[in-house]
Amino acid sequence: MSKFKKKKGGELPAISTASLPDIVFMLLFFFMVATVMRDNSTMVENTLPAADQIEKLKKDRTMFIYAGKPSAQYSNLGTEGRIQINDSFVSLDAIQPAVFEYIASLPEELKDRIVIALKVDEKTNAGIISDIKQELREANALKIMYITGKKSEE
Amino acid sequence: MAKRAAPEVNAGSMADIAFLLLIFFLVTTTIEKDKGILRSLPPIDDSQTEPPIIKQKNLFTILVNRDDRLLVEEELMDIKDLKQAAIDFLDNGGGVNAEGESCDYCRGKRDEASSDHPDKAIITLKHDRETTYGRYIEVQNELVAAYNELREREAQRIFNRSFASMLEEKEKNQFNKDEKLNDEIKRIKDMFPLKLSEAEPDKN
Repeated sequence: MSKFKKKKGGELPAISTASLPDIVFMLLFFFMVATVMRDNSTMVENTLPAADQIEKLKKDRTMFIYAGKPSAQYSNLGTEGRIQINDSFVSLDAIQPAVFEYIASLPEELKDRIVIALKVDEKTNAGIISDIKQELREANALKIMYITGKKSEE
Repeated sequence: MAKRAAPEVNAGSMADIAFLLLIFFLVTTTIEKDKGILRSLPPIDDSQTEPPIIKQKNLFTILVNRDDRLLVEEELMDIKDLKQAAIDFLDNGGGVNAEGESCDYCRGKRDEASSDHPDKAIITLKHDRETTYGRYIEVQNELVAAYNELREREAQRIFNRSFASMLEEKEKNQFNKDEKLNDEIKRIKDMFPLKLSEAEPDKN
């Protein structure tokens, strides 16, 4: 019965690693697609206040406005709170045009659902927020979100 | 010259290269999740109509001064007591709403001197230009927490589930709308409508 004779030795066959690159490439593509490179750097100090009654932000319809005192590298601009939109300091009058420009770039179905996300440093005076909100009201962009960090449970 | 077969390239190091790239992207990826407090601004009203007169007892006035201290209903208050004070005010139910119904779900003291009905109860917030933003958000957070706590309580009582889970389910099914769920959420929200008015800080 030579047909059923035991194989010589008990060695395990080597596992083929030929598909390893495929698996790794798959992971690689996932992370490449999922990675969002930070597209704008903040030029103002940005320590967000903490809150616990928070909701998620819908990124696809959101315009960011930063405010706070200029960070160390722009300290020649003083310590008064400043507004930053898209990588540059702007004055209050520039908010409305920026909002309209952003709305124009949105796809049709999201145009009237724009959300303005305010990323404001916690040490800024609240007066500047009132000014921004007044400008936004005039631009008829009424949904705003105060971006906050998560408050740790005490 | 004689044609030679091209030597086969060894692909064994492909995995190494791919790993290198993979690790690079793994390290640089930050899956950002921004969260915050969502609010709606009031639209600009150009009409010259007189605003309706609101009884003082239906107003819950909060003032935040430039030193970040709170004055609530003419009294100094600590931030940690604000939520309870707001809940007591909203949940008072001392009178009737515009339709003449009394608040049958309120569990407050039914104090004549406090708000009539959650429908009518308005919280007004006024801050100084020099209030810090951090304190401003803290106050907003406490007020939203007060509303959420009351809505949570009603959701538990009527539908026997948490309000947060209802909102979560709505968010999940945003592409196939569940009318019943939306109506339920609306019902809870209408019980304690978020009426928060913000006064312009004084210019000086």
